[in-house]
Amino acid sequence: MIVAEPKSFGELVEMVGDHRRLLVASCSGCTAVGGVGGVRQARELACALRIHFRIRGVELATEVAGVTRQCDPEFVAELDGAVDRNEAVLSLGCGVGVQFLADRFNRVPVFPGLNTRFAGGLTAAGIWEEKCRLCGDCILHLTGGICPLTRCAKGILNGPCGGSQDGLCEVGDGMPCAWQLIYERLSSLGRVGLLEQIRRPRNWADSGGGPRRLGNGGAGE
Amino acid sequence: MNPDPRIIAFCCCNCAYAAADLAGAMRASYASEIAIVAIPCTGAVEPTVVLAAFEEGADGVIVAGCLDGECHYKSGNLRARERVNVLRSMLETIGLEPERLEMYQVSAAMGTRFAEIASEFAGRIRGMDPSPVRKPRGEGGEPG
Repeated sequence: MIVAEPKSFGELVEMVGDHRRLLVASCSGCTAVGGVGGVRQARELACALRIHFRIRGVELATEVAGVTRQCDPEFVAELDGAVDRNEAVLSLGCGVGVQFLADRFNRVPVFPGLNTRFAGGLTAAGIWEEKCRLCGDCILHLTGGICPLTRCAKGILNGPCGGSQDGLCEVGDGMPCAWQLIYERLSSLGRVGLLEQIRRPRNWADSGGGPRRLGNGGAGE
Repeated sequence: MNPDPRIIAFCCCNCAYAAADLAGAMRASYASEIAIVAIPCTGAVEPTVVLAAFEEGADGVIVAGCLDGECHYKSGNLRARERVNVLRSMLETIGLEPERLEMYQVSAAMGTRFAEIASEFAGRIRGMDPSPVRKPRGEGGEPG
């Protein structure tokens, strides 16, 4: 899932600026699961903003509305009425959601309420860790299901490097050496022989150079 | 200085609310500015409820729950304590003094202690300026 974190309150206040009617748009997808973009967080943020502006002598009117996913035009359309009633939108979706809202509602400014960080998952209570770099050329079948591009600090394809000490990466912070993990996983699978193959530099052509597109428009369904 | 503070106390009905009741039965006097709201557990106090109290003009808010290990829902009081800590930081960020919010833990038998903490907190709030969020009289910010 997409992992995001709240922007600083000061940044949000600056974005809201002179707008006096604000729609805080939550998303029930990834950011809600991450505890930063759901309806509850939207209500808290709206209340905090109203209090802050009132202290400054300004009355800010807010409306909170949520959709199942901000990255789907069908759901985004549900916000039409709410957007009409407001001067600006503060999205608590990821960067994708913000752009979908901005595309549909080009009459009003759409602000990002979050910083979108990475694709990851929950590794401990309240701790989210990056697991996938979305590179577009998956090699997890060769590395025991552990992505070296994401989880190795150097992102090398033929590891470990000389900085691997006692299973930890020299970068520190208790970070495990991804290649040590890969070695242990492949050993337990009886496939450690895969490490004897030298991996050639990967093809990065499908990892950038403009927005990537996928799908056949529903043909064949 | 605020001679007429408005204080909301969210009291767990299993402990602090009963302690407030006991304080009354014991004829223990405490600050009359405190309006008590009974709740099933401090763990049920969502941040928006506390923020709403401040938005409506409360000068101070108390969240009063059970002692450690005595929550009827196991860990509601511990969750509340974490939430209060987060909320205090949030208050500071949005422009309110974090001292306006406090969590206390009492048992149902601590009537005298409840009166003490209520008066102590009311004294603190009286020593501060009125909440800047408080609406001027006549705009729904003052009790009738």
